[in-house]
Amino acid sequence: MITRTVCRHRAPKNPHPARRWYASHPPKARLNIPTDYSTTPLLHHTSKAALSNKELSTEARNGTTSRINLFQAINAALAHALRSDQRVLLFGEDVAFGGVFRCSMNLATEFGDERVFNTPLSEQGIAGFAIGAAMEGMRPVAEIQFADYVYPAFDQIVNEAAKVRYRAGVNADAQSCGGLVIRMPSGGVGHGALYHSQSPESLFSHIPGVRVVIPRSPAQAKGLLLSSIACNDPVIFMEPKILYRAAVEHVPAEPYTLPLSKAEVLKEGKDVTIVSYGTPMYTCQSALEAAERDFKCSVELIDLRTIYPWDRQAVMASVRKTGRCIVVHESMVNAGVGAEVAATVQEGCFLRLEAPVQRVAGWSTHAGLAYEKFNIPDVARVYDSIRAVLEF
Amino acid sequence: VSQRPGSDRVHFPGAVNSQFTNTLAFTRPSEKDAMPTYRVLNQDGEIVDSSQSPPEISEQDLLKMYRDMVTVSIMDIIMFDAQRQGRISFYMVSAGEEGIAVGSASALSPNDPIFAQYRETGIFQHRGFTPADFMAQLFATTADPGKGRNMPVHYGSTKFRIHTISSPLATQIPQAAGAAYAVKLQNQQNPTAEQRVVACYFGEGAASEGDFHAALNVAATRAVPCVFVCRNNGFAISTPTLEQYRGDGIASRGVGYGIDTIRVDGNDILAVREAMKRARALALEGGGRPVLIEAMSYRVSHHSTSDDSFAYRARVEVEEWKRRDNPVTRLRKFLEGRGLWGEEKEKELRSEARKAVLEAYRSAEKERHPALRNLISDVYEEMTEEQLEQLGKMRDVVERYPDEYDGSGYEEGVEG
Repeated sequence: MITRTVCRHRAPKNPHPARRWYASHPPKARLNIPTDYSTTPLLHHTSKAALSNKELSTEARNGTTSRINLFQAINAALAHALRSDQRVLLFGEDVAFGGVFRCSMNLATEFGDERVFNTPLSEQGIAGFAIGAAMEGMRPVAEIQFADYVYPAFDQIVNEAAKVRYRAGVNADAQSCGGLVIRMPSGGVGHGALYHSQSPESLFSHIPGVRVVIPRSPAQAKGLLLSSIACNDPVIFMEPKILYRAAVEHVPAEPYTLPLSKAEVLKEGKDVTIVSYGTPMYTCQSALEAAERDFKCSVELIDLRTIYPWDRQAVMASVRKTGRCIVVHESMVNAGVGAEVAATVQEGCFLRLEAPVQRVAGWSTHAGLAYEKFNIPDVARVYDSIRAVLEF
Repeated sequence: VSQRPGSDRVHFPGAVNSQFTNTLAFTRPSEKDAMPTYRVLNQDGEIVDSSQSPPEISEQDLLKMYRDMVTVSIMDIIMFDAQRQGRISFYMVSAGEEGIAVGSASALSPNDPIFAQYRETGIFQHRGFTPADFMAQLFATTADPGKGRNMPVHYGSTKFRIHTISSPLATQIPQAAGAAYAVKLQNQQNPTAEQRVVACYFGEGAASEGDFHAALNVAATRAVPCVFVCRNNGFAISTPTLEQYRGDGIASRGVGYGIDTIRVDGNDILAVREAMKRARALALEGGGRPVLIEAMSYRVSHHSTSDDSFAYRARVEVEEWKRRDNPVTRLRKFLEGRGLWGEEKEKELRSEARKAVLEAYRSAEKERHPALRNLISDVYEEMTEEQLEQLGKMRDVVERYPDEYDGSGYEEGVEG
C-alpha cells in the first residue's frame, strides 16, 4: 500500500505500438541494459564474500549471513537498534503497520506502540518532534515517507537539528541531537515522476551540522544505519527506493557498523576515477566493464557512502593516481554533489589532472514521468564520459 | 466503527460522536462569546472573588516572584540603554510580560525542561540565573555557555534545564512536544522518580507558523505531558492581532486540537501561577496530555532594539497601558495590601538590583570573547578533516595580514 499516489502509467493505444515499457530497453542496446543485480560484483553473492569485509567487527565476521534485500536490511538494523537501546524510537507516517515500503514490518508488534508509532501527516512536525525527543535523551529514527516531501521539514533540519549543538556551546553534551536519524526513500524508481523520484542530498550537503548518508546495498544499509543511530550528530539517511526489493545480497546476521565519512574503493584502477553513491554505483560498474573492454583502460570505482562530511582525502588520493575523475549522481547537475567533488579535486589535484573533471548527472530539469530514461545518468552516458576523459 | 441503521449519531471514522441535524447551519465563530479570561487579582491588586480561598503560596515565594519581576525590568532598562550606546549589539525587553514568565515558572518543578521563544527572561531569572550569567551571554564573553555564537538574549542552560533559545519562530513548539514524549517515556520507566512535564513558550504571532499546528496536533495524538504557554501581547513586531488571526485568539484553537485550554490574565501573576499549577497537574494525568494556556498581556516595549514601535502605534496607547496595568505594580499592590511590602523595601530592592546588574555589566564588558577556534568547533561532535584544514587557512590569512584583523578581543588572541 502506498498512501501517496504512485500510479503506473500505461501508454495509450496509437498507430505506433508502444515498444518502450518502462522496464524494457531498446532491442539493440549494448550498454543501456538493466542492471542484473543477481550477478553484479557490487553485491555479495556468497556468505564468504559478505563476511570477508575487513570493516566488519570480529563477531560479525565470525557469524552467519542471510540473503536479504535492502528493505529487509533496514528492518534488521532498526530491529537491532530498538532491541539494544531503550532510547531508540521509530516514527513517521504509516510506519506502525510496517511502512509503505515495508521497512518497519513487525517492529510495532515486537517493540510496542510507545516506541514504534504513526504520527500525524506533517513533515515539519515529525522533524521537530524528533529533534525535541533527541534533545531530551532519546535516539529517534524519524521517517519521511519520500525524500520529495522533506521540504516542509527543511527549516527544522537546517536551522534547528544542524545548529543545536553549535548554539548550545558548553551545554552541547546535554543539548544536542545525538542519535537523531531522519530516514527517507529517495531516487528514481522508473515512474515516480516529480514527487517520488527526487534526490535532494546536495541541499543537505550545504548544511554543516548534519551528516548525509546514502547506502548502495543491503549490507551497507544495515551497517551505515546502525552507525547513524549511534552517531552523536544528526544524520539524514537516504535509502535508494529502487533498490528496496531489487538489491539482494548476503548480509552478516550479527549487528555491525560501517564507518561514516569514509569512502569505499570498490575496484582499483589506474586511468580514471569514478566517484558515485547509491543506485548509480551499478550504472558505473556496467559502464566501466564496457569501457575497460572497449578502451583497454583501467577504472577505479569509489563509493562515497557519506555525502557530507565526505571523504575528500580518499577521492583526491585516487585522482592523484589516475589523473582523471568522473562524478556520477542522479540528481540535477547544477550545484549538485558533483560540483563540490569536482571543485575539490580541481583544487587538490590540479597538477595531476589530465582531463577536465566530468559530471554525469541528471539534467537541470524536473523528473518528468515519461522521460526518466533520458534524464537519469545511464550506462551510455557514463561510458561516453570515460571515453571523453581518456581521449582528452 | 460502523454506521448503525437508525442511529441519531454519525459513525464515520473521522467523527465518531456527532449528532445528525436537519438544520442547515454553519457554526459561526462570531456568534460565540470569546473564551473567558481567568484572573485572581484585579488591577488594584485585590483578590476579586473573596468567596474563593486565596491561592496557596508562601510569603517567601510571593516575594521571590516580585523580586524576580523587578530585577528583570531593571536589567531590561539598563541593557536596552546599553544597546542604544552600542555596548551590545541587540536586546529585547519583556516589559509588561514579566508576570507570565515568572508566574508560570514558579509553578513548575525546577526539573521540568523548558523551551522558550526569547521574551521570557523572567524564567531564567526565576530558575537562578545571576546577573553575571545574563551579562556573559549578552556580551558574548568567555563565560557565555553559547561560546559567543548566539545573538544577545538567546540564553540557554543545562543546569536550569532550559534549552538554548533560537531565533526561528515556533520551531521550539514541535520540539517541546517531542521532548515531552521523551519525558513521558522516562516518567514511565522511573515511576518512583519525580514525574516531569515540559513547558513551551511562544507569542501569538509565532502561533501562525505551521510548526504551531504541527506541534499541538502531534502533542494531542501522542498524549504528551506538555504545557504550551502562548504570550498574547497584541503585536508581532508591527502586526496587530487583527492581521494575525480572526478567530478567538489562540486559546480557541487548543479546543480544536482536543487540548484542555485556558485563557488567563497575563498581568495577574497569581492567575498565571494558578493556571500553570493546575495545567502541570493536568498534563500528568493518565500518563500525559497536553495543555494550552493563553496568557493575555500588552507589549508595552518596542519589539526589540531594532524596532521603533511608535511607527505603528500611538505613544499615548502605550503610556496608557504602562500606567493603567502591569504585572509588577499589580503584585506590588497585592503585597502592600497584605503588609508585606512598602516604599522602603521597594527602594532597597531597586537600588540593589541596579547595583548587581551594573557590577556584572562592568565586569563582563572587560571580558574577552571566547577563542577564535570556537567559530568552527561544535558543528559536529568532532571537527571534520575539512574544518581542521579551514581552521589552518583562517589562521594563515590572519597571520599574514596582521593589520586587517584584530584578534585582541578574543581569548588567546590570534593563537586561539
